Amino acid sequence: MNESDAPVDSGLEEFDELLILSNLETRRKFIKQVAGTSAAITIGPALLSAADATATSQIASPSKSNSDSISMTLKINGKDYTVDLDPRTTLLDALRERLHLTGSKKGCDHGQCGACTVLVNGRRINSCLTLAVMHEGDEITTIEGIANGDELHPMQTAFIEHDGFQCGYCTPGQICSAVALLKENHANSDDEIREFMSGNLCRCGAYPNILAAIKDAKTKST
Amino acid sequence: MNPFAYSRASDPTQAVAEAVKPRAKFLGGGTNLIDLMKMGVETPANLIDINKLPLAQIEDRKSQGVRIGALVRNSDLAEHELIKSGYPVLSEALLSGASPQLRNMATVGGNLLQRTRCYYFYDPAFPQCNKRNPGSGCGAIEGYNRIHAILGQSDQCIAIHPSDMCIALAALDAVVRVQGSKGEREIPFADFHRLPGNTPNIETNLQQDELITAVDLPIIPFATRSHYLKVRDRASYAFALVSVAAILDLDQSKKVKAVRVALGGVAHKPWRASKAEESLVGKTADEKTFRAAAEAELAAAKGYKHNSFKIELAKRAIVRALTTVAAMA
Repeated sequence: MNESDAPVDSGLEEFDELLILSNLETRRKFIKQVAGTSAAITIGPALLSAADATATSQIASPSKSNSDSISMTLKINGKDYTVDLDPRTTLLDALRERLHLTGSKKGCDHGQCGACTVLVNGRRINSCLTLAVMHEGDEITTIEGIANGDELHPMQTAFIEHDGFQCGYCTPGQICSAVALLKENHANSDDEIREFMSGNLCRCGAYPNILAAIKDAKTKST
Repeated sequence: MNPFAYSRASDPTQAVAEAVKPRAKFLGGGTNLIDLMKMGVETPANLIDINKLPLAQIEDRKSQGVRIGALVRNSDLAEHELIKSGYPVLSEALLSGASPQLRNMATVGGNLLQRTRCYYFYDPAFPQCNKRNPGSGCGAIEGYNRIHAILGQSDQCIAIHPSDMCIALAALDAVVRVQGSKGEREIPFADFHRLPGNTPNIETNLQQDELITAVDLPIIPFATRSHYLKVRDRASYAFALVSVAAILDLDQSKKVKAVRVALGGVAHKPWRASKAEESLVGKTADEKTFRAAAEAELAAAKGYKHNSFKIELAKRAIVRALTTVAAMA
């Protein structure tokens, strides 16, 4: 199946995007809306300059294709997506900004926090430190593709049962990482699980419950 | 990130031919290069993706040792049976570095070329860095230098090499195989990385038109008795303040027959502790001998305002690593 990368225009999704300040177009719309109100007259300049700074740092992932873009097909969660991308676009930005698969999160954008963890050919990687164009022909699995239809993956169920999160921002990365961990056979003790999950940070500190969830999922999968 | 032309090499000869293009860089795992491009530190005009090259094999060359393809991922190398059984210090070093996700991406060749984590290098907001901008000065010497070098540094640069894998490879006398436009050559590991001297911007002896194709490990029967000790601020997922790769061969009377020691976190290149090794050979393997060896190696060390603690830390780490290996059956 070939799916276009036409933007999904849902109000709720935009609200989600706005909260985490990651969608350039949404942010611009927000700034325009704010600038149009009288309250914005005083707070406008500060907001605008902050938005400009963010826009500059995000130049790697323009939302419109340009003459330097490369046409590529990415296989994500079993579906083929054909998309024109600037070669600078990271896999994470391609997923979030162009294909609207916003489950993978942008935390640090420098490979330090693990919020962007996805599976490529079954192996966990940081999608923020790899270019989308490097992954033509690869099987990419994001948190959106972990469940089997409406049936949650045992790791997802375990995270819910053990309350393995508070704010939930790191959770998609934690779950993708944990799914790969079980395949790697490095979940044989509490210490080993902690060491091999060290690439996924949780600022809420849900680590004890994440550990419990992974142990539970491992027990149920064997 | 600056714009660049992206190309994908299908064989090493083509990759080497492309490397002569202006400001060309090979793209492997990308874990360091893409990060530095986001920071504006690396600004390649041509990016040559080498991930499809057939360089991801680990080859058992029997009496000639093991050949590791340049595109073998760090995680695959760490978990490989030949490495775990014959060169455990390398496996330990790899598993002590980065995170599982990064190890799944990072390549052997890229690891050799990873750049320093000196704050003044990594952030172009700092005006001074002789690596980024030769002649601009060094921000670290008079600045915050807790993670910086204590051995082999110059008045131009006190940055350290950040790799764990390379410290083990230095101790193992690895050989780097490269292919260039003039053909293939081998570079002994000790000659691959450079001390900063007056040209800290030139970090290795690899030429612009050369591609790392493999790393060869010689047969070292006693390398099974080895250990990588990494001392860092966190128990996991942190760069080394000081690290030690130690390989030790003892005779029946516990005297040192042969020894290899390399240090990480202390210098601009993986630091082979030759003075410590010389002082150890023929001596009884005990704490007193190990401490004397550590003193000999660190005699020339020089600390700065925030990193002088590394001198004593390095000595104690050498003693502890050697003690651990000596106690192995």
